[in-house]
Order: sequence, then structure tokens, then C-alpha cells
Amino acid sequence: MSITVSGLTKRFGQTDVLRGIELGVEQGELVALLGPSGSGKTTLLKIIAGLEWPDAGQLDVNGQDWLRLAAQERRIGFVFQNYALFPHMTVRDNLAFGLTVRPRAERPGRAVIAAKVDELLHFLQIVDLADRYPTQLSGGQRQRVALGRALAIEPNVLLLDEPFGALDAAIRRDLRRWLRGVHEATGSTTIFVTHDQEEAFELADRVVVMGAGRIEQIGHADAIHDHPASPFVARFMGATVELPVTLHAGRADGSGLDLSALERRALPDGPARLFVRPQDIAPRPDPAAPWRIASRTSNGAQLRLVLRHPDLGEAEADVPRRASAAEALTPDAAVRLTIEAGTIFPTDRRPGAASAEPVPLTSHKETAR
Amino acid sequence: MTAVATNTGAPVRAKRVLPGFTLSLGTTLLYMTFIVLIPVIALILKGAEIGPARFWAIVSSPRAVAAFQITLTAAVIATVFNALYGLLMAWVLVRYEFPGKRVLDALMDVPFALPTAVAGLSLTALFSANGWFGPVLAALGVEVVYTIWGIALAMAFTSVPFVVRTVQPVLEDMDPALEQAAVTLGARPWTIFTRVVFPAILPAWLAGCTTAFARSLGEFGAIVFIAGNLPFRTEIAALLAYIRLEEFDYNGAAAIALVLLAFALVLLLISNLLQFWASRYREAGR
Repeated sequence: MSITVSGLTKRFGQTDVLRGIELGVEQGELVALLGPSGSGKTTLLKIIAGLEWPDAGQLDVNGQDWLRLAAQERRIGFVFQNYALFPHMTVRDNLAFGLTVRPRAERPGRAVIAAKVDELLHFLQIVDLADRYPTQLSGGQRQRVALGRALAIEPNVLLLDEPFGALDAAIRRDLRRWLRGVHEATGSTTIFVTHDQEEAFELADRVVVMGAGRIEQIGHADAIHDHPASPFVARFMGATVELPVTLHAGRADGSGLDLSALERRALPDGPARLFVRPQDIAPRPDPAAPWRIASRTSNGAQLRLVLRHPDLGEAEADVPRRASAAEALTPDAAVRLTIEAGTIFPTDRRPGAASAEPVPLTSHKETAR
Repeated sequence: MTAVATNTGAPVRAKRVLPGFTLSLGTTLLYMTFIVLIPVIALILKGAEIGPARFWAIVSSPRAVAAFQITLTAAVIATVFNALYGLLMAWVLVRYEFPGKRVLDALMDVPFALPTAVAGLSLTALFSANGWFGPVLAALGVEVVYTIWGIALAMAFTSVPFVVRTVQPVLEDMDPALEQAAVTLGARPWTIFTRVVFPAILPAWLAGCTTAFARSLGEFGAIVFIAGNLPFRTEIAALLAYIRLEEFDYNGAAAIALVLLAFALVLLLISNLLQFWASRYREAGR
């Protein structure tokens, strides 16, 4: 099933949750909606499911207008963040639910349902859990049952809301690989929501980065990582250091910065902003440079340096602790910053423009929990 | 530091994290003994004083049997009504937003707060031949005052909050994702109610219904005004016990009261068994 979303807007009270979403998902594709909380990704997923309704816009699936269909008629498989298994039913009954609630005319016979459930139990590798109640299952097992319950109705589209959000890191990794396998085996069009970049990039064919109700960028891991389309994506992808630079003939220049490693950019001359990840900043001792090391802390593998510039404020840099250059990087040393990679955006002068909005900082460390 | 120094091999005694265990448990037990246990034991002893033959004679006398029958029948009618109406009321109070919802919610407590005698008086005034409802119902051929319907009405009035107030919090706490999941799986509203929502609130509903039933069996104040209290026709068991007491027939009163007590205990037992059955999946595996 191919999904086409266009011009979708949604407002809760005073808040614009979605502000014009355009998105196409191909048959059999596995797409991640990635964004910080409040970016509207779950709302978009629920609109596709029919659990929320947009204020305006279109949602077509295989040419059919889904905004005319009730959730029951869309035949989607939805996996909830907290699984939402029916607590008073065994695993078997949970899996069978979607089949047993069909109108009598469409409902498969008991034997057919039982066979289908058995097949799912085998497929999900949870045969020995068949007669347990959800309270007797671990988080990972519940996740499998929730997915099985959604797959039982042979859904047109599979939608997952933060599918691994409540699990610990090791189980997440296992289930991620397993979900990829399930997706390949069933070939269903799948969309999942996550705030975890690692999860999104490892699992999805394409990643849709959302921020504040808009789609900021659509693409593959490398492209989004190396060429963020907006300051929002740059920050979200970990480029939390923002430095003012001046552009001249596509070359950037900044106080105490060595920017020769950056590509030339086709941007107008004048002031601009450079977004850099702390690990892409290499401080080099240079007595004439304006940057000073304000503090130095270690997490074992990495040194985190806080650098201070008399006019520009502070910046952070991560350097490997064992690197030979690291010894000279002691507090109060004067350094020049070599920027190994980064993205330049023209300074946005419009007040209140999207790129000027405060963005919650998210890094790998925070999201991996 | 002292732990290192002492090397006597004495077992370590864990300190309770919450203080006041002995004091609070002691107080509760003492209170339970004086307020619940001793009166119940006294009642049983009083009933046992007269010996089984005399006891049986009292409780199987035609007037007593009639009183028990009337009480039970009316309580069943009241409970069936409250089971349905209370569930509906809880549903409305939890699921919908409408102006005056808070007022309605507060009104639900009136039967709890109102002195039962006041309830009985106002119901009698409304349903008597010259009240607001009485003439209308009489025209339809329905008599409420001085009949078993009056008794059931008074019972229902005083016990409906038990159902509402036990179902309401459970319904409120239900995860909306459960119903959403059912919707995405293709279930229609009625199916969702019967297969997802109702099983979740069933234990609370059963608990509410049995407490309402037990309360109806023991209701006295509201009923005596509306029932007319005709022996063999509208005389409830609690009133009969009261009449025996006024006649200084302590043993007779105790015997009748004991039967009511037995009813209540059996009910509690059934209620707990039903709840245990209906929520078997919750404790499983813990």
C-alpha cells in the first residue's frame, strides 16, 4: 500500500501540532518518523491510523481517501507505545481478537482462527507463552504479542508508536533486528515513530525528521547526518555548538577557527552560522588564538573541554583522551579550533522564524538511556 | 563503624522503614474488636442462648419467613436496578463532558449523606396518593407506597452510590489505548464494550453490586416510612427484629438479626469469590 499525505494540519487548542505535512510512503517501505517529543510525529501516526482526525489535508492510500474511512475500516495494524494488550485475555485470545470481532459474514471459522493464531505464535517465537496473561510477560514478550495481534488481521499498513521506548537497551537491539526481519518477511508498508536516532537509522529505509509540526528533512542516515537541511536537524543530530562565521566567496571564516576542512558553500557573502558536533572540533594549542580552555572533564574514553572566547561565549569539544595532542589541552591553554565537519546556514534575520526557535537538545547519550 | 566492632554473631534485625507499625496496627485491631468483633460475637451468643430448637422456631415462624422473603425480594429488585442504572451513571460521569457534570457527580453522594429517615419521608411524600408521582402512577395502575415496590425503591435510593462509586474510579483509570487498540483491530463500539471495557470493570461492578445488595438487606430508616409495615406483606426483617426488641424479646430479635448477619456474610464471601474469579488475570504470575 502506498500512502500519500498532503497538506495535513492539526491543532490542539492553541498549539499547532501539524503544520502542513507532505509525505509519500511507497509500498513495502519501512519509514521512521524521527523527532523530539512534541514534534507531532505520534499525532501524524494516529491520523494515519484513524485515531485522530486532521483539521485539513488529505490522506490517500492506494488512491483511496482514508479520511472518509473509520479506523475499523482501514485495516491497519497499530502497535501502541505501552502495548495496550487486553489484560483479561490470554496471549492466544489477544492474538485472535482482531479476527473474532469481524462481522459474522467475514469472520473466519474457529478452526481457521486457531490455525492462524498458532502460525503467529510460531512466527513470533512465543509458542510457550500462548496461555499466559499479559501481566505474566516481560516487556519484550509483550512487544512481540502486541505486534502479533496487529499482524493477525493482515494489515494494509503497520504503524508502530515508539515500539521500543519502554525496553532496556539490550532487548531493544534484539527486537530491532527482529522487527526488521518481520518487516522483510511480511512485506507490509511500515511506519514507526521514534525519538531515538540510532533506532531510526538502523531500522528504517528512509527517515523523516520532524520538528514542531513540520517535516524538516527526509532521507537516509548518511545524508541527514552529513547534510542536515536546517539548523533544527543539525542541532537534533548532535551539532549543538553554534558559532558565528563570515562567508566570503563560499568560504567561511571565524575568530580563532580553522575552517579549511569545510566544503565551499553556495551561500551569499555575509554573516552566517556554523553548526558543529563537539567531536568534530579539534582544539590545537596556539598562543595567539582567542579561545581558552575553561574546564576539562573525562568520561574515560573522551575528554570534554569547555572552551571560552572573550566575545563569542562558550563552546564544547570532545577529544579522545589518549590522543597525543590531548596532553597539551590543559585548563587555561590558548587554542585554535580546527573544525573537521560542520554545516553552515545563513543567519536568519526574520524574528520568530522556525530556525530561530529553541530546540530541545538531543544527543545519542540522552536517547540511548 | 560499630557494626565492624561488634562480632558477637547476633542476627541482624532489619529496621522497618515506615515507623509506627506496632502502634497503628494495635489501634486498628483494638478498634475492630470493640466496634465490629465484640458486637457480632454478642449477637451470636445471644442467638445461641436459646438453643437450636427455639432458634429455628423463631426464624421459621410464618411472620419471620415472610419478612425474610420480602426483604430478599425487594433487595434483589433494588440491586438489579442499581446494577444497571449505577453502571450507566458511572459511564456517563466518566466518559462524557457536559455542563453540570460536577453537580451531577456531587448529587450522586446525596443518598450517602442524607439521613435515611429523611429519604424515606421524601419518597413517601412523592409517591403517596396525594404526592407528585403517586396520582400519575395510580392512574397507570402502579402502587408504590405500602407495597414491595416502595421497599425496593427506598433500598435502591440508599444503595445506588455503592455501584457508581466503585465502578467510576476503575473506569477512569482504564487505559484509553485499550479501546483504541480494539478500534484498530476492527471492533465496533458494542463489541469493544462487551469484550474490552466490561471485563475490565467487572470486578469493581460485582463488588459494588454486592455491597449495594448487603446494604439493601439491612436498610431500615428509609423503608419504614414508605412500606406501611404490614406483617406478612410489607414488613422487612430488620423491622421485625426491632419490633421483637420493643417487646423485650431479646432472643427473638437476636435470632432474626443473626439470620440477616448470615446473609451478609455469605454475600461477602460470594462477592469476594466472584471478584477473585473476575480479576484472576491480574495477580497471576506475580
